[in-house]
Amino acid sequence: MNTIHILGFILMLIGFWGMLTQKNMIKIVLAMAIVETGVQLVMVAFGFIKGRTAPILDSPELVKNAANLIVDPVPQSLVLTAIVIGVAVNALMLAFVIKLYQKKKTLSITEYKDLKW
Amino acid sequence: MIKKMFAFILLMFMAIMFYALNSNITENKELFGVARSYAERGAGELGTQNIVTSIVVTYRGFDTLGEVSVLFIAATGVAVLLRRKEEEAPGKRSKRQSSEILQTGTKLLTPIIIMFGVYIFINGHLSPGGGFQGGAVIASAVLLLFLSDINYEINHSLFNIIESFSGAFYVVIGLLGLILLGANNFLDNRILPLGEFGAILSAGAIPVIYSLIGLKVGTELASIIDNMKRD
Repeated sequence: MNTIHILGFILMLIGFWGMLTQKNMIKIVLAMAIVETGVQLVMVAFGFIKGRTAPILDSPELVKNAANLIVDPVPQSLVLTAIVIGVAVNALMLAFVIKLYQKKKTLSITEYKDLKW
Repeated sequence: MIKKMFAFILLMFMAIMFYALNSNITENKELFGVARSYAERGAGELGTQNIVTSIVVTYRGFDTLGEVSVLFIAATGVAVLLRRKEEEAPGKRSKRQSSEILQTGTKLLTPIIIMFGVYIFINGHLSPGGGFQGGAVIASAVLLLFLSDINYEINHSLFNIIESFSGAFYVVIGLLGLILLGANNFLDNRILPLGEFGAILSAGAIPVIYSLIGLKVGTELASIIDNMKRD
């Protein structure tokens, strides 16, 4: 029934798998981006209502009867926010990876033991 | 090996959790509460065709201001982390000039991509799109310039001026709502006339705010790219 939700959850699982098993830090960042995509997909799918149209009121009928013809616009605007923040977070994480690589010349996370007990 | 087993068990638990969550999802039939209210009021009250834009820019405008700040802080963080010290030689590695196809294609495409980005954020209140998307498109044009020309440098002072002024004007427009329309109207778009529904210059201050956001996001993402390519 809710295929898109299932796809989103599967994407999240793939991303978590990558974050837990990969050694390469860039791959970990990418796995986190995949988790983000899954979450966003699930969130957008929450707002979907079957048989309705996008929340853009470009015809008079839509303007008159908007609440009964459009899908939920709130998750869409929340996801818009989430995507932008996701880009910023990814950029910041990649900057950290670049900085760590400059220190030790390796991308493998097992080499960074300073905070490990 | 044992670590992979742990990861697998953890993911199994997660999958069970998601399964339970997924089987509890009931299909939506109606809009409720705040979504219904936005859908009913959005067009008449704010004059926007795109309900998502009316939520992002006006109803939850304060949230968007915070979001722009988060993006700004992240860009600053990238700049601080990747700041290069003066004594480091700029190009130790030999750089290769990009191909003829990329160079010619960039010359042809850059103005069109920037124009498309501007189109996206100016039409934010009418069609899908808006400041964030348009800004990302403009930043992609800058990325193309970096790829095609190894010696390309962005005009840092110009970018800084655009970024700071668009951010400052965004806050000023928000404060104008407080001054002109009274309390509880921070970031209200009705400080300008709403105009004809569906026209480019309609929906009050929303096109202005979205253009400012577009310029800010575009210059911020471009400076992130610039910082990343320096090493």
